[in-house]
Amino acid sequence: MTPRVRIALAVVLVVLVALPAIGFAVPGVFEGALNAPGTLNLLGLCFVFGALALTYDLVFGYVGLLSFGHALYFATGVYTTAIALTRWHWSLPAALALTAVVSLVLPLILGAVCLRMRDIPFAMVTLAFAQAGSILVMQNPLGLTGGEEGLALGGGVLPASLIGVANTRNLYWIALVLLLVVYAIGWLAVNSPAGRVWQAIRENERRVSVLGLNPYLYKLGAFVLSAFLASATGVVYLLLQGGANPQVTTADFTLALLVMVVLGGVGTLWGAVLGGIVYEYLDFRLVALANTGTVQSLPGVLRVPLSEPLFLLGVLFIVLVLFVPGGLGGLLRRRIAS
Amino acid sequence: MTTFALLLITGLGLGALYFLIAAGLSLIWGLMRVLNFAHGAFFTVAAYAGWWASGLASGASPEVQWIVAVVVAVVVGGLFATLTEVVLVRPLYARHVGQVLVTVGLALATISLVQGGFGSDPKTLQLPGWMTNTTTIVGANIPNTRLLVIVIAALVFGLLLFFLRRTRFGLIVRAGVENRAMVQALGIDVQRAFTLVFAIGGMAAGLAGMLAGTYYGTIDPGRGTSMLIFAFIVVIIGGLGSVTGSALAAIVVGVLQQFLNFYGAAGVGDFSVVLLLAVVLLVRPGGFSGASG
Repeated sequence: MTPRVRIALAVVLVVLVALPAIGFAVPGVFEGALNAPGTLNLLGLCFVFGALALTYDLVFGYVGLLSFGHALYFATGVYTTAIALTRWHWSLPAALALTAVVSLVLPLILGAVCLRMRDIPFAMVTLAFAQAGSILVMQNPLGLTGGEEGLALGGGVLPASLIGVANTRNLYWIALVLLLVVYAIGWLAVNSPAGRVWQAIRENERRVSVLGLNPYLYKLGAFVLSAFLASATGVVYLLLQGGANPQVTTADFTLALLVMVVLGGVGTLWGAVLGGIVYEYLDFRLVALANTGTVQSLPGVLRVPLSEPLFLLGVLFIVLVLFVPGGLGGLLRRRIAS
Repeated sequence: MTTFALLLITGLGLGALYFLIAAGLSLIWGLMRVLNFAHGAFFTVAAYAGWWASGLASGASPEVQWIVAVVVAVVVGGLFATLTEVVLVRPLYARHVGQVLVTVGLALATISLVQGGFGSDPKTLQLPGWMTNTTTIVGANIPNTRLLVIVIAALVFGLLLFFLRRTRFGLIVRAGVENRAMVQALGIDVQRAFTLVFAIGGMAAGLAGMLAGTYYGTIDPGRGTSMLIFAFIVVIIGGLGSVTGSALAAIVVGVLQQFLNFYGAAGVGDFSVVLLLAVVLLVRPGGFSGASG
């Protein structure tokens, strides 16, 4: 990292921390002023998805495990906390403690089963388990998950400082801290001795086992760490959204994660973060774009595709996979290098 | 006994649909090592194309309309799959993850486009009168659509086996599933077999799309994705690359799902299928057919 990049990053960080105090607007980029609750909420969600994409990149980009079930662990964070808070009326710390336990035990069990398979069969098995989770949430067992309607946090279950439009900036800061903490843990993990083994497994698993290491245990470790961090991002997502919706359990959600990571650049932490942020921002802004008069007045052939963010993102994704294998991160890096 | 027969045949019908999707997936994976997420998109697009075509033929009798819909769905499914293979999958030859990702992107884009174009509400299919009737088998009134779907899937199974065992291309496909490098080394153009397998898979998926429409009476944009996930499970349980294994697994999964969804709470059947998958993987990682996974 060159000194100039380092200074630029420090400036960006200071601006992000101080953002809730900055009152001017950036027309075209955000609808309201930078410190408007709507903008802060969107940015908070962007940070959450940046962090979530990073956790996915830990298993996909660093260990080479193509998991199609990552949504399950994000949803574990969202739903465990939401159920403990709204159904059992636990306090926030107790709910978080329970979530932490569940988010460690669940991936440990499921990972132990899934990792018996490799490559594509592994992908299919993780997908199947995530689908089971999705079915479970949709079926609303014992009235816990709220089925298709999800769970709203409502009043009285959270500390006052986390509720209300005026306190959006607190949530924004929490999301920013989450991103920084997840990034730090991710960085430490991939640069640790275990992290080097992960990358060795990605390159050549058989060689790792010939060297006398047990790839299974390393993969399980990466799987559990990534899932646990994903659950943590799920908790912050729950706070930002003020409720749980079953959308986050679906296979489409995992596929969106995959799009984020590939969009940003597989196998780099900041690339994944960038991908997550850009994806969430585009997903949100493209909906706004679709509702503008210009798009609405177009003939159907153009209007329909432009009104579907997922269509545009899917096409962008295909183009990136075909022509820009390094993703946006790869493009940027080449820019900086040249 | 009545309920048992009804559940059994309904389950077999569901299994027949799974089989039609899974057979193509299994062959594509066996030959090319591509996990084809776009299979659900073939299914959905073909179903909508069939529905649209049957609307065009609205003057004709319902039987003709239905046949038109099925033929159009099969053709569209096959064409879409062929195009996908040639345009998107082929350039990424030897980049397996890239191939999976491209099919993921295609699935997302296509299904959201269908949803944007036709809306997310289900579309009702115009079915011939005899299909909406029931046939009494051991005292149970079985909807004729269930029987129709089972018969057609059995025919497709027979055709596929004939193709694989009795034709030259089938021989190449089977050999390719066994050992692709060796087939290439013998100077055989595997590329053409890839396209062919994709086309066959797409046609079967298209047929499944229309038959699912017949089975449920409606088509909607989301069904392809949800059926695809169960088809994936069928493919793994049956053993990747084996059509017979897929057929067996499809029957087991479909029937199990129906019975447990009926006798247990709603969703228990879906859930148990996933558990069955976990058990099969722990006991026999290669699936029923025992092919190495």
